[in-house]
Amino acid sequence: MDIVLKANKLNKYFNEPEEFHVLKDVSFEVPRGQFVSIVGKSGCGKSTLLYLLSTMDTEYKGQVYVNDVLLTGKTQNELAKFRNEHIGFIFQFHFLLPEFSALKNVMLPAEKLGKYSKSECEDRAYEKLKWLDMEKFATKLSSKLSGGQQQRVAIARALVNDPTIIMGDEPTGNLDSTNTQIVFDILKDLSKSKHQTIIAVTHDNEFAANTDRIIEMKDGEIVKP
Amino acid sequence: MLSVNFEIAKTHLLAKPRQTLIAMLGVTFGIGMYILMISFMQGFNEFLEDTLLSSTPDVRIYNDIKTDFSHSILDEISDTSKVLNVIHHPKPKDITPDIKNSSRIIADLKKDERVLAVSPTLATQVFYVSGPVQINGSLSGVNILEEAQLTGMYDKMKTGKIENLLTIDNGILMGHGLANKLNVSVGDLVTLATPKGTAMRFRVVGTFQFGIGSLDNVKCYVNLSKVQQLVGKDNQYVTDISMKLKDYDQATEMAAELSKRYGYKADDWKITNASAMVSILIRNVMTFVISFTLLVVAGFGIYNIMSMTIQNKLKDIAILKAEGFSSGDIRQIFLTESVTIGIFGALTGLLLGFIMSSGVYNLPFPKNDFISITHFPVVFHLKHYAFGMGFGIITTFIAGLMPSIKAGKIDPVAILRG
Repeated sequence: MDIVLKANKLNKYFNEPEEFHVLKDVSFEVPRGQFVSIVGKSGCGKSTLLYLLSTMDTEYKGQVYVNDVLLTGKTQNELAKFRNEHIGFIFQFHFLLPEFSALKNVMLPAEKLGKYSKSECEDRAYEKLKWLDMEKFATKLSSKLSGGQQQRVAIARALVNDPTIIMGDEPTGNLDSTNTQIVFDILKDLSKSKHQTIIAVTHDNEFAANTDRIIEMKDGEIVKP
Repeated sequence: MLSVNFEIAKTHLLAKPRQTLIAMLGVTFGIGMYILMISFMQGFNEFLEDTLLSSTPDVRIYNDIKTDFSHSILDEISDTSKVLNVIHHPKPKDITPDIKNSSRIIADLKKDERVLAVSPTLATQVFYVSGPVQINGSLSGVNILEEAQLTGMYDKMKTGKIENLLTIDNGILMGHGLANKLNVSVGDLVTLATPKGTAMRFRVVGTFQFGIGSLDNVKCYVNLSKVQQLVGKDNQYVTDISMKLKDYDQATEMAAELSKRYGYKADDWKITNASAMVSILIRNVMTFVISFTLLVVAGFGIYNIMSMTIQNKLKDIAILKAEGFSSGDIRQIFLTESVTIGIFGALTGLLLGFIMSSGVYNLPFPKNDFISITHFPVVFHLKHYAFGMGFGIITTFIAGLMPSIKAGKIDPVAILRG
């Protein structure tokens, strides 16, 4: 099978307030198109693991490969460029830029990538919004949208550069059950119909149960792969 | 990806127009006040320089009385390794303070292509006698047409004409203040006495006003030959050679050169007007210090606002970084915002400065007998505006730099995890 993400013996320590071994020899692989959820109690290190895989946190031991490219040891600028192209993010608190329209929020990563012209970026962004039934809100300021709407715009933004992996940090953690269902269905559809690899950290057992694979963590170790 | 970063910066600035405007106003007032101050101060300095320059020659060669008594002629005939010559209370030698071979020097100077005009002068102390009163003053014997070329006297005449000096025998051009003191006007006779006891009568043919009390209250001009006659010397006898240069900034180096070549003391106009030059320098320094302070204050304002903006935008910065914007991009975004504030602030500041200095320029100057101007002296130099613009941009750049670097260093993980 085609492996898109490989983590090899990841170890991570927190130094503040006191030394703490957060991740202990974490190793696993994710094949293309898999919808993976990472579950575990608070403080088990699942979020830490996600941010480490996301390349934003670089202080760790071990290796991370995405598409067989070793990311460990690259410079911050190289990693920023890599993130832009290969990783899409969905956060718990939607995190859109409030001064920009929904469309512009989706466009920004594409414009940053620099592969497409401005009008192409706009077309792509609009197409993603349309796929998520959000096209009628395209020109609205993102701060004027509801939580569920914002999260769908955030998903469109994560998708705009057709990333290798989508990472979610509790993507439904801040939504009511209706919106949770909508967002979950979108993600599920992405992985099924578009073979999009998704890794999501979640507290929600129902959410996790419906994914392809559950990685359960406890005290910094994977207890169930 | 310059354009994306610019677009983000633009959106940020336009999203909070009031805050942007306030930051801009700080720069606007700073630059505006700088332009006003520098235009006014420079205008005043230039006016003063003009006045001084018109009344003093660019370079003056004269025979200075030697007051260096460290070396005695006795030392040259005795063996100084064995003998120590001590002279109590040495006094200057009785020498005539004229410039020897003056006509050759003048001919020589007239050939020099840096020199615009040369005027030989015989200056002497005189007493102006008016009834029982004697007023101390100075008399210059000149070839008035040459002297007028040096001083621009044509514009300074209060009454009479300078050419009258050539047509009327024993004519005298008198300082306006002095004429008032003596209560004489054109056509009146006045008696001049020298310290050596000789005396002569002159007829006033005109009065002049340089706008400097120390000249207008003591000085008179007559023909050179008349002063030579008054002090009982030959027609080669002159004490000063004054000259005007094509470029008065060359005066200092030329004075040194001439002094070396002819063996006489040569002063340039900066030395002659040393105290005035110092006050010009002090005004310049003050102008810069005050302007600099104003701009630094504006810079702190921008620093504050940028720091606050970045503090409010921590989440946005984190999300941009997660999307793949590098630290450099983030720096560029915030630096662009700060410099944009600087550019617009500086432009409006230049406009404000121009309007304010135009206002001052049109103010009437309090009427005054000594200074002949009608309104406040203000100059409009392009270089001041260019400097204000450049300084405004640099200040905002520096003020924005630190917060921007800080923004670039923000760790997105810490913020996104909450």
